[in-house]
Amino acid sequence: MSKPKSNNAKTISVALTLCLVCSVLVSAVAVGLKPAQVENARLDRNKNILVAADMYNAESDTPEDVAERFKDFEVEIIDLNKGTYLDDNALVDVGIPDRNDYDASQATKNAALSEDLGENDPAGIGRKPKYAKVYLKKDDAGKPELVVLPIQGYGLWGTIYGFLTLESDMNTIKGISFYEHKETPGLGARIEEPEWRAKWTGIHSYDEEGNVATGVTKAGTPKENWVDGISGATLTSRGVSNMIQFWLGDQGYKPYLDTLRKESGQTVENSDAKAAQSTKPATQTAQPNTELAAKLPAANGKEA
Amino acid sequence: MADTRTILTSPIFDNNPIGLQILGICSALAVTTSMANAMVMCVALTLVTAFSSFFISIIRKQIPSSIRIIVQMTIIASLVILVDQVLKAVAYDVSRGLSVFIGLIITNCIVMGRAEAFAMSNPPVPSFLDGIGNGLGYSAVLLFVATIREILGAGTWFGITILQPVTDGGWYLPNGLLLLPPSAFFIIGLFIAIVRIWKPEQVEEADFVMKPQSKGMAHGGGH
Repeated sequence: MSKPKSNNAKTISVALTLCLVCSVLVSAVAVGLKPAQVENARLDRNKNILVAADMYNAESDTPEDVAERFKDFEVEIIDLNKGTYLDDNALVDVGIPDRNDYDASQATKNAALSEDLGENDPAGIGRKPKYAKVYLKKDDAGKPELVVLPIQGYGLWGTIYGFLTLESDMNTIKGISFYEHKETPGLGARIEEPEWRAKWTGIHSYDEEGNVATGVTKAGTPKENWVDGISGATLTSRGVSNMIQFWLGDQGYKPYLDTLRKESGQTVENSDAKAAQSTKPATQTAQPNTELAAKLPAANGKEA
Repeated sequence: MADTRTILTSPIFDNNPIGLQILGICSALAVTTSMANAMVMCVALTLVTAFSSFFISIIRKQIPSSIRIIVQMTIIASLVILVDQVLKAVAYDVSRGLSVFIGLIITNCIVMGRAEAFAMSNPPVPSFLDGIGNGLGYSAVLLFVATIREILGAGTWFGITILQPVTDGGWYLPNGLLLLPPSAFFIIGLFIAIVRIWKPEQVEEADFVMKPQSKGMAHGGGH
């Protein structure tokens, strides 16, 4: 090698110049493409809402179908502690200008919109948003027939984000989906697979006293209304279990679900009968989901 | 340039980065379950190899030899981030399907290998072509493996049904093994064997000569 190449000043200046050029290039691309990426992420979230509501057919649905079917949902912001809706005026009062743009996980970074969970934080999210965004699908009579609840919690490597859909009895799980996580591909990441997600369908999440009575069991230890964990992904399974229990519990959506149940004159006890009635209209509008339908017999087959 | 053709085509069969140099196996195992994923991966890797070789070659005389590997890595990493960002913006589902493997192009030995072995000592245009050629060599193997895996594993090719699976009322029972990583090892092995039967000069000399089977020297017992 020639002499200047071993010169320290030259080495440092080449390194600095290269870093500068590369970082400018990478930042420019990242900033320039941000809007398109944000839009993609939004579409993907909407798609996962449909997946959780069992209204998405992975093989035939186009982005237009997703946009069209997503219109069936009403976006509401709720007060998690009181379990009530916030109308437009109330939203402005608390500092949420547009309900469609509100992101509960972003709100946890804002002290005014969230509260510290301290020790009582099973899902490992640190701060809990005061207000949450829920997606409601109403039947012709204006009664909620599906409610899609955003959920999040810490898995093994990072926060898992997803949606949980309850049927009109606010107890039976219709479906679940995950749209963002950092779990190990092939192990924890299997929470995304239709086969595992299908196990949640039809599960009753509350017992007769109204306590949360579902979660993920250790792989191979079946339990009524609990979902079998994923072998080799114990910590991810535990994370999902904790997040479901947290969000269905008193700190999560339970006050809101109680309100909904009161409005429609239901209690958890009679929810089984209601669930049987309510499945009919739900399947009318919802496209039959082939990926879930094929796996339905396995949904409650936890003795396997 | 007389050797342009050789630079471009020799890595496809004569000096295939996967087949002969056995580099870049990791991603070849991971992304070959479907043609669509494999195709995107091939394009991404070919572009990254070509452009990283090109840029490294341009500044090869300025790169101090003490930090040359870091300089190469920086250029490769920047290009990979670029590809990853573009994919997230224009093909979100594909980008999710490939998950970490686009990012892992940074550590793909083929990219680094071409930079160090060719681009550091050749002018930009041949380096660029060398990158394209090696990308094509990688692509040839990936597409070969993905074709077999997707058709036998799922009964489809680029998502189009080729063998009607039993679940859809057809006759074909998809072989799940083909969708798992070990199957890619078998198929890559098969590819290497086919190429070496066709081009026997690629067969390496044995490191040692096997002794003839010794009869009658039975080491009894134990096993």
